[in-house]
Amino acid sequence: MFAGFMIRAWEAATIVAVVAGVVGFFTVTRGSAFAAHALPNGAFAGAAGASLIGVNTIVGLGVFSLLGALTISALGRRARRDVATALVIVMMLGLGALFLSMTTEYAPQIYSLLFGEVLGVANNELLPTAAIGAGCIAAIVILYRPLLLSSVMTDVAEARGISPRRMELAFLVVVALTTTMAVPVVGSLLIFSLLIGPAAAARSLANTPHGAMAASIVIAVATVWAAIALSYATNLPIGFFVGTISATAYAAAQAWNAWRHAHPGIADAVAAGRAPVVTTSP
Amino acid sequence: MTELALLGPVFEPGFFSNPPVQRALMVGGVVAVVSGVVGTFTVVRGQSFAGHALADIGTAGGSAAFLLGISPLYGFVAMNLVAAGVMELIGIRRPRGRDVATGIVLGAALGLAALFLYLDTTTTSTTGATINVLFGSIFELSASMVPIITVFALTAVGVVVVLYRPLLLSSLSPDLAAARGVPLRVVGIGYLFALAIAVSLSAVTIGAILSTALLVGPAATALRLTKRTGLAMVLAATVGVAATWIGILLAYDSYYWPPTHQGWPVSFFVVTLVLVFYLAAQLPSPRRSRAPDGQPAARTA
Amino acid sequence: MIGGPDQMRGSTLLAVDGVSVSLSGREVLHDVTFGIEAGEFTGLIGSNGAGKTTLLRVILGLVAATSGRVLIGGRAASRQNPLIGYVPQKIALDPDMPLRARDLVGLGLDGHRFGIPRPSAARNALIDEMLDAVDATRFADVRIGNLSGGEQQRILIAHALISRPRLLLLDEPLANLDIRSEQEVVALVSRIATDQHVAVLISAHDVNPLLPVMDRVVYVAAGRVASGTTNQVVCTEALSRLYGHQVDVIHVRDRVLVVAAREDVAVHGGRDAAVGLA
Repeated sequence: MFAGFMIRAWEAATIVAVVAGVVGFFTVTRGSAFAAHALPNGAFAGAAGASLIGVNTIVGLGVFSLLGALTISALGRRARRDVATALVIVMMLGLGALFLSMTTEYAPQIYSLLFGEVLGVANNELLPTAAIGAGCIAAIVILYRPLLLSSVMTDVAEARGISPRRMELAFLVVVALTTTMAVPVVGSLLIFSLLIGPAAAARSLANTPHGAMAASIVIAVATVWAAIALSYATNLPIGFFVGTISATAYAAAQAWNAWRHAHPGIADAVAAGRAPVVTTSP
Repeated sequence: MTELALLGPVFEPGFFSNPPVQRALMVGGVVAVVSGVVGTFTVVRGQSFAGHALADIGTAGGSAAFLLGISPLYGFVAMNLVAAGVMELIGIRRPRGRDVATGIVLGAALGLAALFLYLDTTTTSTTGATINVLFGSIFELSASMVPIITVFALTAVGVVVVLYRPLLLSSLSPDLAAARGVPLRVVGIGYLFALAIAVSLSAVTIGAILSTALLVGPAATALRLTKRTGLAMVLAATVGVAATWIGILLAYDSYYWPPTHQGWPVSFFVVTLVLVFYLAAQLPSPRRSRAPDGQPAARTA
Repeated sequence: MIGGPDQMRGSTLLAVDGVSVSLSGREVLHDVTFGIEAGEFTGLIGSNGAGKTTLLRVILGLVAATSGRVLIGGRAASRQNPLIGYVPQKIALDPDMPLRARDLVGLGLDGHRFGIPRPSAARNALIDEMLDAVDATRFADVRIGNLSGGEQQRILIAHALISRPRLLLLDEPLANLDIRSEQEVVALVSRIATDQHVAVLISAHDVNPLLPVMDRVVYVAAGRVASGTTNQVVCTEALSRLYGHQVDVIHVRDRVLVVAAREDVAVHGGRDAAVGLA
């Protein structure tokens, strides 16, 4: 499991997981699950188009996911956010269908773009993956405060000069970049499981934003490590494990949540380090 | 015959007499109507993500059915009904939490789909299985599916018709509906079941891409043109049918187009038309401004 | 607090001068003029749709006036004005959101700046001080989604206060509250205003809960405004002039009832208007 080529797989997957944990924290906070699904799917069309004209896949992924982010943001001003996202994803997939019809790609290569091919990460692909990933994390660090404020209290944030539209666009661009570096590794259909599951589970484990982000990273990394190990052992697709482990983590967190609400005193004391009294008035 | 000669360039020879085309027009028309009717409420209720997710979620059921040798449609419907039930059970009221829950269900289902598709490929050695299930084609329908499709279509539309009043009220004003004694949970899950069936139907017959396009696009277009839900449903169905039929026509005509001379995909044409109609409906009114109460003007599309 | 000589009288803190606002082709505010001095407690009274929220948004710099101008501390209204602290009515909060009350208050200090917050003893001390000022210390470590409405309100006030504004803008903090809670909130805001030396502009449907503490009232009806002291504005002549038809103001002990002669205009005067004379 730790042979030479596998090391790169572990490295690539870990980098993707760390970025997914960081970006995922805001994805879940903002409830942007649909965008997190739409952008990678649309990026897939870009990869198909790139291979059609003989360009590097990553370029295709980057261009299409960024175009998707810009379009969702632009359309979102005139229409509901979810309608805009739905239209963008079908538009990109329609183009994807067109490119696929013109290409002679074999089905397994399409499968790997959709579901990931961790074991296929070559040495020269690790650097762009890490570089773009570092860019994503840097962007989140820079945007941290205004993005958090705007996500939780949009009106107040706007009054303090934080434009909700600019924040949304900036965030979507970060998701697009995450997509670009992650799709070659874990596939377009599953990067979003990594963006949502760990972060959603983390919320039940920590009371503070930095605590939740740290937990999100830990859970995401643990998820991919487990997925790689299980995939290696059973020969079943890594995507299967990522999807089911994420769902299990979420379910466990929700169960913990339910228990917590049923036993408020104990749970809050455990989480906060003291035993506050919560009143219901005024 | 002179009129037909004029239309010659538009309708390539043999269009209307071609059996797969006839099936495509009929099934496509039926699916477009169902999607338009159900989709109107999808857009009003802000459940476009659920509508799209179900198209992908059903893939897991469809590919499992494929493995078991059953028609994918049944697997799709079964999987979607279960998923709809789970989504309602997780039952998070606030839109943000609801979309995250939908995402989790989708992620798990895609994981299962990965598994089944992998088993499909290795055990039955049909390399096109992935593409077929995810990008399905309207020209590959078998004649025996037509009656089943009709039954499912009528069921989905039937549920919406039966639930129309409480569904309308609970979609536009949940608090008022609750005050009037409308069982929100029951209506919600009834609607999700109708959505599950409608999406299964469309995803299997015309593919997952078109399923979402015809569910959301025409309805959003219609809601831009009218605020009356009943009229919007009719408009949505009409726009959907128009986009589908013209798309089929163009796909047929494109058979001789470069670069492959095998025709461009129907899904590409229909999606493009849906978008064109939507953008055309955007033109009359300028960008929505904020309402006097300071909140963004309530958007239904 | 009513026009007392111990108030800080300085230059006009907020000057609204001939402001008109049109939205979607409809004139929402017409020729609005009033001013607020430093440290004053002002009520912005009017029913839904009268234009209160639009006026607040103009002051916050979120909506541009079609004509006229708004000056805060002598400078034109704009977003990100450090002189103003904004307290929204409420925010939709997710019980799972991992953010404690004290974290939200901390964001009031530097949430608009890029980067991650650098924890420091001074920052924490300031947050503690604000939490104490709004009497929220006991639930400081609870997740914001788990707070009751009243607790959330205190945290929102602390969030707005921590950056030391000169004017606190509260958007309908009394909506949907029972009478006792109304009184508690008004007492809290009044106490904070005195302790922290801030002016307050608080919007409400009903003038009654604010009577004990208001220095000035700005009454809004159909986009037009009448401003002055309570006695000047909340009287039959002034309100009839403002509304453009007969409006009677009836005083019952320490409460005020505003009654319109026509049926299609909303009746103000608190929940017990129908019951009448409590």
